[in-house]
Amino acid sequence: MAIEIEQPRVGLSKVAVSKTHGEDSPYFAGWKAYDENPYHETSNQSGVIQMGLAENQVSFDLLEKYLEEHSEASSWGKGAPGFRENALFQDYHGLKSFRQAMASFMEQIRGGRAKFDPDRIVLTAGATAANELLTFILADPGDALLIPTPYYPGFDRDLRWRTGVNIVPIHCDSSNNFQITPEAMEAAYQSADSMNLKVRGILITNPSNPLGATIQRSALEQILDFAVNKNIHLVSDEIYSGSTFSSSEFISIAEILETRGYKDAERVHIVYSLSKDLGLPGFRVGTIYSYNDQVVTTARRMSSFTLISSQTQHLLACMLSNKEFSENYIKTNRERLSKRYDMIIKGLKKAGIECLKGNAGLFCWMNLSPLLEKPTRESELALWKVILNEVKLNISPGSSCHCSEPGWFRVCFANMSEQTLEIALERIHKFMEQRKRN
Amino acid sequence: MTQTRYYRTRSPEPEKEKTGGGGGTAMRVIVPLQGVVQGRGGLVLGSIIPCALFYFLQFYLKRNRDDPDDKNESNSTGQNPTTRSPSSEHLTELPGLTRSLSRALLSPRNSGPVSISARVSGIVKGGDSPYYMGLKRVKEDPYDELDNPNGVIQLGLAENKLSLDLVKDWLAENAREAILGNGKELSISGIAPYQPFDGLMEFKVVTSGCLVRIELLGDSDWTSNNKITLGARGCLRVAIDHGQWFMVSDNNAMVLNLGLIVEYRYSTGFMSQVMENAVSFNPSQIVLTAGATPAIEILSFCLADAGNAFLVPTPYYPGFDRDVKWRTGVEIIHVPCRSADNFHLSIAALDRSFNQAKKRGLKVRGVMISNPSNPVGNLLNRETLYSLLDFAREKNIHIISNEILAGSTHGNEEFVSMAEIVDQEDTDRKRVHIVYGLSKDLSLPGFRVGVIYTFNEDVLAAARKLSRFSATSAPTQRLLISMLSDTKFVRTFITTNWERLQRMYVQLVAGLEKMGIKSIKSSGGFYCWADMSGFISSYSEKGEVELWDKLLNIGKVNVTPGSCCHCIEPGWFRFCFATLTEKDIPVVMERIQKVLKPVN
Repeated sequence: MAIEIEQPRVGLSKVAVSKTHGEDSPYFAGWKAYDENPYHETSNQSGVIQMGLAENQVSFDLLEKYLEEHSEASSWGKGAPGFRENALFQDYHGLKSFRQAMASFMEQIRGGRAKFDPDRIVLTAGATAANELLTFILADPGDALLIPTPYYPGFDRDLRWRTGVNIVPIHCDSSNNFQITPEAMEAAYQSADSMNLKVRGILITNPSNPLGATIQRSALEQILDFAVNKNIHLVSDEIYSGSTFSSSEFISIAEILETRGYKDAERVHIVYSLSKDLGLPGFRVGTIYSYNDQVVTTARRMSSFTLISSQTQHLLACMLSNKEFSENYIKTNRERLSKRYDMIIKGLKKAGIECLKGNAGLFCWMNLSPLLEKPTRESELALWKVILNEVKLNISPGSSCHCSEPGWFRVCFANMSEQTLEIALERIHKFMEQRKRN
Repeated sequence: MTQTRYYRTRSPEPEKEKTGGGGGTAMRVIVPLQGVVQGRGGLVLGSIIPCALFYFLQFYLKRNRDDPDDKNESNSTGQNPTTRSPSSEHLTELPGLTRSLSRALLSPRNSGPVSISARVSGIVKGGDSPYYMGLKRVKEDPYDELDNPNGVIQLGLAENKLSLDLVKDWLAENAREAILGNGKELSISGIAPYQPFDGLMEFKVVTSGCLVRIELLGDSDWTSNNKITLGARGCLRVAIDHGQWFMVSDNNAMVLNLGLIVEYRYSTGFMSQVMENAVSFNPSQIVLTAGATPAIEILSFCLADAGNAFLVPTPYYPGFDRDVKWRTGVEIIHVPCRSADNFHLSIAALDRSFNQAKKRGLKVRGVMISNPSNPVGNLLNRETLYSLLDFAREKNIHIISNEILAGSTHGNEEFVSMAEIVDQEDTDRKRVHIVYGLSKDLSLPGFRVGVIYTFNEDVLAAARKLSRFSATSAPTQRLLISMLSDTKFVRTFITTNWERLQRMYVQLVAGLEKMGIKSIKSSGGFYCWADMSGFISSYSEKGEVELWDKLLNIGKVNVTPGSCCHCIEPGWFRFCFATLTEKDIPVVMERIQKVLKPVN
């Protein structure tokens, strides 16, 4: 009698089932290979070395030292005032002391050449959330953002997945060291137009991820002019600004605005975070700095979805407002990164590999195009597989960054010890020797 | 759409209400006309004429206003979609609720200032509903017995300060070590680098699972070959290696490399503890988020497309309009609960709302309940939960059960988690999703810890990926791992908190009753849901907001009027009592008494 009628499965949304998160690409596949067989100096010497993760561990000792010496940051102490406010604090404006510390830290990184108003700082749980939030605010589903290639693979997910916004690439190539030109921007704009996409903004990373190089003043001027002419927004993601090897080589869009007397500033938004420069991605601290009042107000309301724990804000406010610590940290960190960079560039050169000349970031942009059988994406991925499975290095193929020229790879160097980096370079050296012999 | 804006009297008659707004124009007009033909003219005259007049009045007012977006932002976010005006023109005013608004309305190319997206432009002007205005007033002029005795007393914020001293003392003793470890094991490398966005496994365990905790006490003679076998909950047996920490839940065991073994003990996850061990949770079904707000939004993103709808019983927490609708483009269909039923959810009302949505062409994807309820403070009983599950099965929709107040009960009534209901009913597990958090139950809203607990693997996978947009900071997680695995602390906290909530609630209710204000019996949360309809000048939202205004400006007490929670009956107010001290209660009563002048 009892006829079992099978219940139809309860359905999910398009967001839940879509593949827009892009986490099936080689960029993420490489991470998986690493996770399954991670290199360890003593317990797994033949494991995969992770060179696909832009994480900064070169200055952990400075952070540790600070926390050891300043117990007020990590605890509230016995009967310390402020606990009550802190535990209950969920105001989306963020702790005032923390916003002030952030603003002044951002100024310090820019050598005091730009000023930041703490009241324009919107806090988010990481730059990922900051970029998504700005996209929600600046564009409607179906609209487009222009992004110079090669770009950070995560943008495909962060900017598109939940927002329904499209990315239209601005193609850059090695002929001019991947610089962004007015012609390339115009071509991208026209291409969006031909697809009937409304362009709402242009997003740049400065210093660039994955290139590891800063954008020159003249190029920044051209990009801002372009945004003005087209009446679109300009998002400048500057999360690596403090990881520029020399302070004078980085020019923030904030400085360009300053020299222009803040004309056209209402279309400019800066994204910053402490994940890279301070090496604290686990803390999930990002920020949007916008010159547009409406964007500040809206972003603040929207930051309800991505607030930072008050405990963490308190800790970082103490840390960053300590000038002695922050000045020493910025200086030492720059020196150490620069040293690492020289080390990897020299090592690669010895192996016969050239890189794009860089001056910032936690990675270099390596040219293996002479090794490709054919100048195609397939050849690049074939080479990538060999390097992952045989050389046991996880690096990121340029195609995952939408690079239009095959054969380029992003290689991270700050998430490991010097010894590990040496081993990685040895492996590459051996690999190149082998190829020469064959 | 414009009803609340013009303070239209909310009709106690649901049927009239529905006819009033008009959803599908054709529907509304045709149905009463059939009434005429059948000789039921009275019904038509009683309903369609006032409605039509009202409808055209809206039209007229709208046409003649200078700034159509000016005032309604905050109110319209709270609109009952079932009573939305059919005029498509009105839709463009919705602040960021409809995801696919015509972009042509904004930003003509190359002219004027650069514009922001249509979906968020409305929200910029929002924030002037009594709920937000009251909170702002308290912020500007907060009451303090000594420093500011004429300031505004906060009764509008669902926050619990009653047991904060316990948390504070614990932190003062332990915070530093909890974050950084004892200098050997964790240190900075345990918090600084990237951690899983969906939360540290240890954190999930202390929040949810049964825990077998093993610590090193002095020297140990264990060798790496030693193994012990433990039976957890009398059924599960698990082998434990030297140097590993095992978590045990009813159907799985997980391994972490975390120090050495000597002593073991059982402990139950915080969620199970606050639910009095009636349920056990599996840590691998947890996704951690930066508070319950993103947890709810992530579930909305996962379960519904833009333009789909959730059924939500009213009155509900004013923030849901933002959390569920704003960025997702999902709609909320109100399911009115009434004083006659003590504001309990009825399946009949649920069914009516479902059908209304269907008539409007909206696809309903789920029901969202809050248990214990905010603002009423009542609990859903087992029977209702079973019927709810039946309803969801029949309609093939999801259930989101918001249980962030599960540990903040104060009566003797039993709290039943939706997780307990589906425990035995495997077939329906996939449609049930639970939201939890530590903001309310541990009095730590500043720490931003929310939890999605789902039985649906696809939702789990998607939510894990989405958690990168709202992840919780690692040092905060470390701190809470220590705190929640301190079983003695947790036990003391839960008992003490229960007692203190109970005491405050009883005193507040007694005080109100003395003035002739009755309230719904509440067993959970920090709320007293009080009937002040006898004190409003007109039985309407207008009268209600007038009283709210007097309470705020003359009485200097900030309470939340029911209209902010979309209560269908005017005159109800939410009093949050957990931000007060016992000394404040007589002051509050005195101030209310000053305002009240009974209407005869």
